[in-house]
Amino acid sequence: MAELHTLQQQLQQCFAQAIISTKYDRNELTIEVEREHLHAFCLALRDDYHFEQLMDVCGVDYLEYGVAQWETGKATGKGFDRGVDLEGIQATPKYNKTRFAVVYHLLSISKNLRIRVRTYVDDDMPMVDSVNDIWEAANWFEREAFDMFGILFTGHPDLRRILTDYGFVGHPFRKDFPLSGEVEVRYDAKEQRVIYEPVDIEPRVLVPKIIRHDNRYEAQEQEEASPDDKQGDDSK
Amino acid sequence: MAEIHNYTINFGPQHPAAHGVLRLVLELDGEVIQRADPHVGLLHRATEKLAETKPFNQSIGYMDRLDYVSMMSNEHAYVLAIEKLLGVMPPIRAKYIRVMFDEITRILNHLLWLGAHALDIGAMTVFLYCFREREDLMDCYEAASGTRMHATYFRPGGVYRDLPSKMTQYQPSKWRSKKDIDRLNEKRSGSLLDFIEDFTQRFPKCVDEYETLLTDNRIWKQRTVGIGTISPERALALGFSGPMIRGSGIEWDLRKKQPYAVYDKLDFDIPVGKNGDCYDRYLVRIEEMRQANRIVKQCIDWLRHNPGPVMLEEHKITPPDRVSMKFGMESLIHHFKVFTEGFCVPEGEAYSIVESPKGEFGIYLISDGANKPYRMKIRPPGFAHLAGLDEMIRGHMIADVVAILSSQDIVFGEVDR
Repeated sequence: MAELHTLQQQLQQCFAQAIISTKYDRNELTIEVEREHLHAFCLALRDDYHFEQLMDVCGVDYLEYGVAQWETGKATGKGFDRGVDLEGIQATPKYNKTRFAVVYHLLSISKNLRIRVRTYVDDDMPMVDSVNDIWEAANWFEREAFDMFGILFTGHPDLRRILTDYGFVGHPFRKDFPLSGEVEVRYDAKEQRVIYEPVDIEPRVLVPKIIRHDNRYEAQEQEEASPDDKQGDDSK
Repeated sequence: MAEIHNYTINFGPQHPAAHGVLRLVLELDGEVIQRADPHVGLLHRATEKLAETKPFNQSIGYMDRLDYVSMMSNEHAYVLAIEKLLGVMPPIRAKYIRVMFDEITRILNHLLWLGAHALDIGAMTVFLYCFREREDLMDCYEAASGTRMHATYFRPGGVYRDLPSKMTQYQPSKWRSKKDIDRLNEKRSGSLLDFIEDFTQRFPKCVDEYETLLTDNRIWKQRTVGIGTISPERALALGFSGPMIRGSGIEWDLRKKQPYAVYDKLDFDIPVGKNGDCYDRYLVRIEEMRQANRIVKQCIDWLRHNPGPVMLEEHKITPPDRVSMKFGMESLIHHFKVFTEGFCVPEGEAYSIVESPKGEFGIYLISDGANKPYRMKIRPPGFAHLAGLDEMIRGHMIADVVAILSSQDIVFGEVDR
């Protein structure tokens, strides 16, 4: 889309300090912004670039990015399940940014454009400015990102948990949170109340996570990896 | 005289008009609502995390269970996201089948919404009428996919199978006389397309029936006109979409503005409201049913004249057919790999949208090159709508809470995920 390309160039010129990188891929424009500049950048997007609507706020945890559980090159001789390594194998170049990110999906109804804004937050204290005063739609979406990932939004009027149980401990969508959770509940007839206990489900993997370097996508990957990719071409 | 204070009450989670498991904490001054605090998450199943632990093609069934009254629309968003990441396009016939079922789903959803909305406000009969038509459409689901609700019919690269040449029929039983069976099977003697075509012929009359009961009904208007008004500016700021935003007078429909599948080849109109109240949203959805019916007709017409494949012949992604599996080693291996390991999706991210009956339903996928999504985020329309509930019901009476809530068309499967 031509409009997105012009928008990409405009933004790159006007916000050279704020923008880390821009990427146009699969007809979608992604802009990565420095955390400190996010709020001002979003305000400009709404007021000067007519992005009236915030459709989605999504927290992401990059802890296990590119980590597979199966050695695709060697393990076939040993059989399917014996090839599984739950410790994880780094199958793609190591992810080198901070662990958490927040992704915003914006929509401009007047210009009929979509844009994605991503900002990275610190590992130990994931914190970013709330955009609730720019788009009120952010209210619940930010509460959800806080609930699921523990990302704090400064300036949010009512940052409570939203989807998890009352009194829940932990942030369930983090990659180090077990799939079956930490506690289970049952009704205890003796004590005549609902009690919490540690889960007794053994974690297991039915289908291991597998990363294959498919030669059909190689041309595409190389194209992407060419000039502005910092990671270089050690993906083989 | 005693001093009167504000007091709070719990609306739900077991209230029949709470549309599922909504706990709404209402702060009241007399019978007027001062503040509402919806507590959601009682149906939270961590669908996104479950999808991250399974190969791409094993999560389609979860999509049906999100918004469990517009099942195939959710599937559509999910398969579109995968196809976008893979860079593949389904055959044209599959696209038409998808659009046809999307619109059947829209009618299904709006029928349930209309029945429940009317029931909440006090009109019992409409519910029975709506479910009569829903039953026929559920049978279409069953004939195409094998199940009445949770279809898992859309697959990356197409649809699971072509439309059946024979519509399912009622079987004789001791509960029904032969005469009844013959009457019921009369419309089902042909193919599925014949049955749907017959449905589209009689459906506009059914909509007229609902409208006779409601549109000019004095009580209906008293309960909905001027209730839950939301201005276009506020609707945008609160992230509303679908009929919620069209009811406020913004002409925005993803099927027209950002068309996917074959919507750009079809002829239909976008109904738009004026005042943004419950009554306008009601009118918008009624007209959407008529337009959906129109789209289904066009799809039937096209599908009758254009046979062809409904699934890509790309066996790294789609399973090969049974016959070739019995004779070909390569097909057997492909089948085994697709159903055990799945397929690896190139690294990248994609956000796909569909105009689901409730609004913009989006799927955001991040792939790190594995056979499972690294992160999947569902953008449910109802979540944003429910977040705006507080603003919409302030200053209204308790009885209006029910009307406004059901005019938002809330389903907790998608709000809580």
